[in-house]
Amino acid sequence: MSENHNKHEIYKREGKLYKFSDYTLKRVNEIIERYPEGKQKSALIPLLHIAQEEFGGSLNADIMDYVAGLLSIKPIEVYEVATFYSQFYLDNVGKYVIEICQTGPCLACGGDEMIDYLKTKLGIEAGETTADGIFTLKQVECLGACGYAPVMQVNTCFHENLTKERIDEIIDLYKNQAEKPQSNDEKWVEKFYLRK
Amino acid sequence: MGGKILLEKINIPGIETFDIYRKSGGYSAVEKALKTMTPAEVVEEVRKSGLRGRGGAGFPTGMKWGFIDRKSEKPHYLICNADESEPGTFKDRYLMEHLPHLLIEGMICSAFALEAKTAYIYIRGEFKYLIGILNKALSEAYANGFLGKNILGTSYCLDIYVHPGAGAYICGEETALIESLEGKRGNPRLKPPFPAFFGLYSCPTVVNNVETLAAVTSILNMGGDFYSKLGNGKSTGTKLISACGNINKPGVYEIEMGITVEDFIYSEKYCGGIKGGKNLKAVVPGGSSVPVLPAQLILKTASGQPRLMTYESLAEGGFETGTMLGSGGFIVYDEDQCMVRNTMSFARFYHHESCGQCSPCREGTGWQERLLYRIEHGLGRAKDIDLLADISKHIEGNTICPLGDAAAWPVSSAIRHFRNEFEFHIEHPEIVKNISHGNIDKYRK
Ligand SMILES: Cc1cc2nc3c(=O)[nH]c(=O)nc-3n(C[C@H](O)[C@H](O)[C@H](O)COP(=O)(O)O)c2cc1C
Ligand code: SF4
Ligand code: FES
Repeated sequence: MSENHNKHEIYKREGKLYKFSDYTLKRVNEIIERYPEGKQKSALIPLLHIAQEEFGGSLNADIMDYVAGLLSIKPIEVYEVATFYSQFYLDNVGKYVIEICQTGPCLACGGDEMIDYLKTKLGIEAGETTADGIFTLKQVECLGACGYAPVMQVNTCFHENLTKERIDEIIDLYKNQAEKPQSNDEKWVEKFYLRK
Repeated sequence: MGGKILLEKINIPGIETFDIYRKSGGYSAVEKALKTMTPAEVVEEVRKSGLRGRGGAGFPTGMKWGFIDRKSEKPHYLICNADESEPGTFKDRYLMEHLPHLLIEGMICSAFALEAKTAYIYIRGEFKYLIGILNKALSEAYANGFLGKNILGTSYCLDIYVHPGAGAYICGEETALIESLEGKRGNPRLKPPFPAFFGLYSCPTVVNNVETLAAVTSILNMGGDFYSKLGNGKSTGTKLISACGNINKPGVYEIEMGITVEDFIYSEKYCGGIKGGKNLKAVVPGGSSVPVLPAQLILKTASGQPRLMTYESLAEGGFETGTMLGSGGFIVYDEDQCMVRNTMSFARFYHHESCGQCSPCREGTGWQERLLYRIEHGLGRAKDIDLLADISKHIEGNTICPLGDAAAWPVSSAIRHFRNEFEFHIEHPEIVKNISHGNIDKYRK
């Protein structure tokens, strides 16, 4: 469960109008159709993932209100969900969110040394974003990849069997990448959320 | 002993594609079920197999299916639980990544047995890359007439959709999963009513683990009776074990239930022994929720019998000297690992993942974490150990869902078996403060 519970930032507004492209809207409607009539609220989590990705990596009240409108539900129903799940970010994040695992099996394999190394390398603590806006670091719980410990995830990509050298390589790789990796080939919405 | 069943074909190149999977005998279970069996016969076959849920609780699958409310006019739903978030567990991810069609085939047979026309795969949000793999496999199954309307020319129709979560361990609990799939916070429901009567959208629903559903394919292929003869006693069939921690060969292994724990840890076929030739200190054999056992008790039961990889043998001795098979998340610790630190990390996990509905869990998990943090950092007080044990006793059994128990057991078992490490932390703060990352044993000598 996320620690966003009592944060007032969820009411953060930019007074901006958010809207999906026609392309994404068509996909969104296909997702809604997977659920029975009247149960369109089921599409909320998939839609929040898409909104977060398309609108700059995090959610704010304007975005959540827009999603509520798409699903014909009350904004509070969206806030409730967005504050519960740890993958929804209500604070601004960098271009890449690094989530490094801090649970037992990873620690047993040297995980906390990797956490310390990353913090020093990026010059930030967990929860912070680098000054250039490229990386946000988060310490998270088990990523379901314990056999390849220590593990971290950068956006949707898993990086396993971490060593200090591996971390150096990975950080360089992302730093020098102009585009987000997942938008390189197909449109990512297509790949992740559609059965086509 | 030990033919592979689920992973039998994993080394065939291209097995993740429909064509190769089909050419190597795939989807024959669907043909058999839909063309030659009634739903009740499929349920009976699974009941005969003795298959027990592979998600952690080990509840007999055939019996669970038998509860589904067939009189209800409402649609039935099958949900595949792919939330896999229990620390130490990574077998479902492996299965879905390499054998997506095995899961889909098992889901078609299971949905047919339950007379469900819609099924969802609820997958943890962190596994986004798997959603692409599953969706690709699903489209192939549609294109080849194994999903959609009138499958194989029969009157049976089925749609399967993938639904992502968004980072919440609690959504692996079946009623929290249902809430989450309805677009809500993952708050577990009070039971009864059970999902078999009142599940997704208040309709009869069965939630099964990925591995359970995949096993249904094998059961239909070989017959329930045959499957029930594999394994050992009431632990029938094979089980995927995800092995991690300080071993030479971490990974996912399919074992026939009944091999010894010692064989699993030390043989080259499986974990390949402890890394760096060190000694074994402790094992958590079924995901972080189950009690930890020290080396001598995981290898041999209190009565001196070799401990076997079965539901019964691992549980022998109750919580005093036994543990549980759980999800098969097998975590091995070498002699250099600090049990206080490990317990603290598990307590932090459960505190973070508590949904917050019940006060014993919401408050108790936080209290456990704070106390353990203090002890781990050399700030513990002598009375903290008993206080910890007392807190975990008061969480256990007093909550809506089993997360409360799951949070209590790692703590109470660590104190039971490794009390001296906790005491050492409290008695030697000056040492512990300087070695917060590692082993304390070497300082004790
Ligand atoms: C806190 C908690 C987390 C759980 N997480 C999972 C999980 O990630 N995957 C899973 O299959 N079952 C999980 N379960 C067990 C499910 O509630 C349920 O028993 C299971 O999905 C039933 O399927 P099975 O009978 O095939 O094992 C969890 C249970 C609890 C209490
Ligand atoms: S036991 Fe914990 S996780 Fe389960 S319902 Fe209660 S508060 Fe929520
Ligand atoms: S403990 Fe780190 S991935 Fe499971």
